[in-house]
Amino acid sequence: MKQSIKERGKLTIFLGAAHGVGKTYAMLEAGHEKMKQGIDVVIACLESPEGLDEFLRAKKIPSIQNVNGKEYKELNIYGVIERKPHLVLVDNLSHLNEPGSCHRYRYQDVNELLEQGIDIFTTLNIQNVESLNDIVAKITEYRVIDKVPDKFIESADQIKLIDISSEELIQRIKDGAVHIPSFTKEETNKFFRPGNINALRELALRFTAQRVDRQLDEYMKSHEIEGPWPASEKILACVSPSPFSSQVIRTARRMATGLKAEWIVAYIETPLRFPNNKTDINQLTSNLRLAEELGAEVINLKSDDVANEIINLAHKKNITQIVVGKPLSNPLKNWWKGSIVDNIILGSKGVSVHIIPGQVIKEENSQKRPSSLKKEDYLKYLGTLLLIGAITIINMFLNPIFDLINIALLYLLPVLFSATYWGRGPSIFASLIGVLAFDVFFVPPVLSLTVDDLRYLLSFLIFLLVAIITSTMAIRLSNQVEIARQRETRTAALYALSRKIVAEDTLDKILNTVCRVVAETFAGEVFILMPDNNNEMVIKGATNAEIIFDEKEFAAARWVLAHGRIAGKSTDTFDNINNLYLPLKSEEEIVGILGVKFHTPEQSMSSEQSELLEAFANLTALAIVRMQLANEAEQARYLTQSERLRTALFNSISHELRTPLASIIGAVTSLLDEGELFSKKDKKSLLSTVNESAQRMNRLVGNLLDMARLESGMMKLKWEWCDLQEIIGVAIRRLQDFLQDRKLVIDLPNNLPLIKVDFTLLEQVLVNLLDNAIKYSPLESEIKISVTIETENIKINIIDKGPGIADDDRERVFDKFYRLYSPQHVTGTGLGLSICKGIIEAHGGSIWVESFDGNGSQFTFTLPLDESSPEIIFSSEEVGERDG
Amino acid sequence: MGESKNARVLIIDDEVQIRKMLKVALTAHGYEITEAETGQEGLNQGALFHPDLVILDIGLPDLDGFEVINRLREWSQVPIIILSVQDQETDKIKALDAGADDYVTKPFSMGELLARMRVALRHIAKTEDEPVLIFGGLTIDLAHRQVMVNDQEVKLTPTEYDILKQLALHAGRVLTHRQLLRTIWGIDYQDESHYLRVYIGQLRRKLEPDPTRPKYIITEPGVGYRLMT
Repeated sequence: MKQSIKERGKLTIFLGAAHGVGKTYAMLEAGHEKMKQGIDVVIACLESPEGLDEFLRAKKIPSIQNVNGKEYKELNIYGVIERKPHLVLVDNLSHLNEPGSCHRYRYQDVNELLEQGIDIFTTLNIQNVESLNDIVAKITEYRVIDKVPDKFIESADQIKLIDISSEELIQRIKDGAVHIPSFTKEETNKFFRPGNINALRELALRFTAQRVDRQLDEYMKSHEIEGPWPASEKILACVSPSPFSSQVIRTARRMATGLKAEWIVAYIETPLRFPNNKTDINQLTSNLRLAEELGAEVINLKSDDVANEIINLAHKKNITQIVVGKPLSNPLKNWWKGSIVDNIILGSKGVSVHIIPGQVIKEENSQKRPSSLKKEDYLKYLGTLLLIGAITIINMFLNPIFDLINIALLYLLPVLFSATYWGRGPSIFASLIGVLAFDVFFVPPVLSLTVDDLRYLLSFLIFLLVAIITSTMAIRLSNQVEIARQRETRTAALYALSRKIVAEDTLDKILNTVCRVVAETFAGEVFILMPDNNNEMVIKGATNAEIIFDEKEFAAARWVLAHGRIAGKSTDTFDNINNLYLPLKSEEEIVGILGVKFHTPEQSMSSEQSELLEAFANLTALAIVRMQLANEAEQARYLTQSERLRTALFNSISHELRTPLASIIGAVTSLLDEGELFSKKDKKSLLSTVNESAQRMNRLVGNLLDMARLESGMMKLKWEWCDLQEIIGVAIRRLQDFLQDRKLVIDLPNNLPLIKVDFTLLEQVLVNLLDNAIKYSPLESEIKISVTIETENIKINIIDKGPGIADDDRERVFDKFYRLYSPQHVTGTGLGLSICKGIIEAHGGSIWVESFDGNGSQFTFTLPLDESSPEIIFSSEEVGERDG
Repeated sequence: MGESKNARVLIIDDEVQIRKMLKVALTAHGYEITEAETGQEGLNQGALFHPDLVILDIGLPDLDGFEVINRLREWSQVPIIILSVQDQETDKIKALDAGADDYVTKPFSMGELLARMRVALRHIAKTEDEPVLIFGGLTIDLAHRQVMVNDQEVKLTPTEYDILKQLALHAGRVLTHRQLLRTIWGIDYQDESHYLRVYIGQLRRKLEPDPTRPKYIITEPGVGYRLMT
């Protein structure tokens, strides 16, 4: 299904500092103006109609009911699309849709309307702009959750700032003219302080000003107006799986907007910082998504050395400013990460580095990070302790034999072990405890922390260092192994899938294979939907026949097909349904949809996983397209072939029909015009010409009809028990006029059983074969029909004494329109034998021709004798008579 | 052709060329002709004109041919000959079972149609209690249940005899498989056409000089059997 390319509608945003500044009123006014100009305007959503009742009554702007019959709540996209207005008024762009709606956010609804070419007027508060989200939170101490991405706001064709003074706004609040549904009275008072309002107004003004500035720049650039151009800036933000990274992203975004610069968000995956718990993975995913939503180019790299990689990237991409975060919360981590920041600064070489001091603002809806140790963590530490204990006991035995240095070395074992299997914490713990145990149990004085020889302190230090370095190495190694393993799994999975689907030769098999492989990889049920001829979605392959597929799921699938974007579970669109839908996109169209139902519905996918799933989807789309192309090629081949056939048919028919018609018309017109001139004998001769020609045409028409029936698959066999002798008799009778000049010999066995065939079709076969034999054999020659019964077949031969058929022609005589070269003029369409072949094969038999080199041909066909003849119940009288 | 003199024939066919051709040919053979273009008109003409024979095209634009047969049969036993095209065996059988007397397949020769018409008209005129039926070399003595071929007596089983008798009583007319099976074996056997195949084969071996080229019992492919007159 190809997406129709429509011109995108125009988006106008009425931007205000806060509720109550009169955005909605301004929007309605503007809408009404348009209406007066004769434009078809419709209100799709209005949030607080109370204060505007009078206005609405006066202006009479039509509105569209929503799905539930209640007015002005969620945006009824499909209602609007059906109504096809020119301009739609949508209040409150940042609205968060109720669960169960098509999209999570209203701006996504609006986007869909824009895609349909509908113009939109909408309202927005500055606090709901994504990149300003944390600033607003700092100013107002109130974090909003309904946010609109900057990218979307920037796509607006026009932003109109609606501004009133803070005093006026506060007065409106006091008068109760402003209604904010989600706020209590206290909250309203707290929020609408003059300071807050002015700060928000400033933000709104600045936001609009920046935009105007940018537009001016673009205008000047596009009109080649000379000006002081700022050097083109490029910003790079570095993120990690930390909730604090969102601040880094937003800051980078604001800088990019201010500098009118491109910006890149990079995540460097290292073996050390490999996110291995779910919280980290989810946080990272949401950070990267935020960056994408804010319009950044997101780059994902893998390297050992974060700082170095960032600097390389900065040079490669001509970055002028780098934004990194430096968390303040954890001193140890800080020390560790600090080294990255320091290294970046060291290597920056002229690139400005902005360091954002970390400050985790608790988001209302953000998940709490697990700070305390979990049960399994305790077990790891306990395990480490036990290991050290065991080594200590072994060392007790070894002590008399070995040097202390060997004893110390043995303590590295638990460090290595815990580093490899349990991670950083337990391994450092192991080194510390190891040193302690070594000191207490082996370094004199034994069983005391004190050390006689102070040189041992140096040994402890070195041991500790060696332990930490080896453990670091071990962890890095095991993480690298983990990454390699994951990548390996992914490559292997992709490779396995591609190998499997290459081996399949039909679309259904390919789809079922894809479903099986994806299901195995992602632990879920998988199915593939494809549009059928009527553009209805049909399940074409599935791992489980019982997939819940209700109207909601269908709506989501249709949406994916129409928009070519992922939707469903754990996405922003249709997230309240059970399944996840991925478009199967080829270069130009969406060939189908891959549906996944995870066995564990709560899990969200890591970026690694979703990449893999996408790769699967792409591979599947490729395979489907390959299959479709192959089918098309086949079709084209078939068409050329049938084209050739048609040409042959037309040539043949026009000749074969016109020749007898010519003699009929010629003879008849002679008789009509000058009938009295002809003698009785002449008249008779003319009339028999007419008769013969008409008979010939009749046979031709019969053959053409038979052929058409065979070709169209309309030939239905009427199976009945028949006597072959009778069929031969009927065929001979039909051809008796032509057989007069031939010697017909019939050789039938005595015990001929009844056979189950279609009487008239088999008669047709015999007529065609006999007709053929008559046409190609000399007068008075012998034509022989013989029947032999074999174990599983009955075999019928028709033998003539004609010129025979050359080897090359023997197979082709059964082809349509194939005519043998013949010295005498032999009439015919070249259809007769191919009809015979069609009929005999429909009976499960076969037909072939043998030739006796210049001495006739023998056509043979067989019919299966797979059913024993039916029983005949004779009456007693009958039996007696038969016995007698 | 004495019996056909002045016989009244109603032709019901929507093809004007066919009607014209039939009218000229049949009038020349001494028949009195009335034409009808539609089934309804045909039924009206049937009531007014009192034909001795009806020639009916099975594919009419208004009523279908079977409907015309049914309505005619409600009040008249007039012989009906069906005109149909090839490959419509089921329609032929249906029409015959509905009460039509015979059929010709388009395109047909005039001789064929005239022969069928003669048989249909003679059948009406025939006296039921004719004791001996003669068809060329074949003689059937109904009173003595005796069958002779070229003056040689042929021994037939009771079933063979019954079949031959049925065909002989309707000589020249086609009897469908179903009509024969019902009369000879009863209604339970009406679809067991293999019974007929076996017995017709036996009869031919006893009666025909060359069973592959039968002279007496003729197969009408897909429809039934006819005893040649």
